[in-house]
Amino acid sequence: MARPVQYNVKNEGGKPLQIVGAPEGFNGDGFFTTKLSNVVGLARKNSIWPLPFATSCCGIEFMATMASHYDLSRFGAERVGFSPRQCDLLMVMGTIAKKMGPVLRQVYLQMAEPRWVLSVGACASSGGIFDTYSVLQGIDQIIPVDVYVPGCPPRPEAIIDGFMKIQELVGKESIRRRNGEKYKQLMESYGIQ
Amino acid sequence: MELTNDIIKQRLTEKFGDEVTNFEAPYGMLTFEAPKELNLKVLQFLFEDDILQFRFLTDLCAVNYPDDEGRELAVVYHLHNLVNNVRIRFKVFTAVETPDVFSATALHAGANWMERETYDFFGVNFVGHPNLKRILNVDEMDYFPLRKEYPLEDQTRIDKDDAMFGR
Repeated sequence: MARPVQYNVKNEGGKPLQIVGAPEGFNGDGFFTTKLSNVVGLARKNSIWPLPFATSCCGIEFMATMASHYDLSRFGAERVGFSPRQCDLLMVMGTIAKKMGPVLRQVYLQMAEPRWVLSVGACASSGGIFDTYSVLQGIDQIIPVDVYVPGCPPRPEAIIDGFMKIQELVGKESIRRRNGEKYKQLMESYGIQ
Repeated sequence: MELTNDIIKQRLTEKFGDEVTNFEAPYGMLTFEAPKELNLKVLQFLFEDDILQFRFLTDLCAVNYPDDEGRELAVVYHLHNLVNNVRIRFKVFTAVETPDVFSATALHAGANWMERETYDFFGVNFVGHPNLKRILNVDEMDYFPLRKEYPLEDQTRIDKDDAMFGR
């Protein structure tokens, strides 16, 4: 007897299925027009490949976020990549010592454009309680950060909230932004070519 | 025969006379001091003597006493006699202006990284060390962070209220 597969096959019980809506555009008979950047943004924001850079307790919260209970894959971020060259989103979770700064920077440089950075927790965002000689006082001293998640450590809900803020940024980003003068200036302020 | 603190003390004073001083035993652990010029001679005697046999260097570290003029830096050797399971503590003191102490790497290979760490945090210059450079902190660091003349907090922060952070 075939094993009954009942979940995620058909919509039994009439539960509302969440499907990403179409972007704003002009709809007619057999055609649909919209901006290219909207379509690209829609595709990018729902298929982000995160690269976890977990160094301490925030990394444990991230593990909970990825696991079944909170399940970050519901946001299209199923595929956690462990090579920076394949990933879109660098998630920095935990204390970054000054000696690790160049390593983090190297990982960021190895990522291909477009790339985003999520700074999770007090330590990654500001050094946290470690106001001391050996700890980097916020990763934004060496790489640009898109979204900061506060907390020590933040709960998985907070990490998901930060991730959704990233999704919002990704979805609304103009496809020309990374070629713009302003972006170039931002990169130059960090000494990145 | 059990190796007691009294025997160790007696062996040391027989060999070095008045040079070894300040014998005490906090929590039963024999602690004494010698001039820094003699540190290798004392360590070698402790290593090679048939009765003492202190052949394992458990730890090597430094302490900063900024108010003790001429003796600001103490280098502390923790030694272990593995045969009798006896531990002792041996200190040498040096002035912070001339923090030169002979390296124990020739006697204890394990002293290599511990001396690098002590140099890294206190700036003790171990004369004769094969590779005396920073081991834990970033190479660009231009001070010795565990000396008490330097504040603990990162001084590059401008966004923290000084009064709230004890500066």
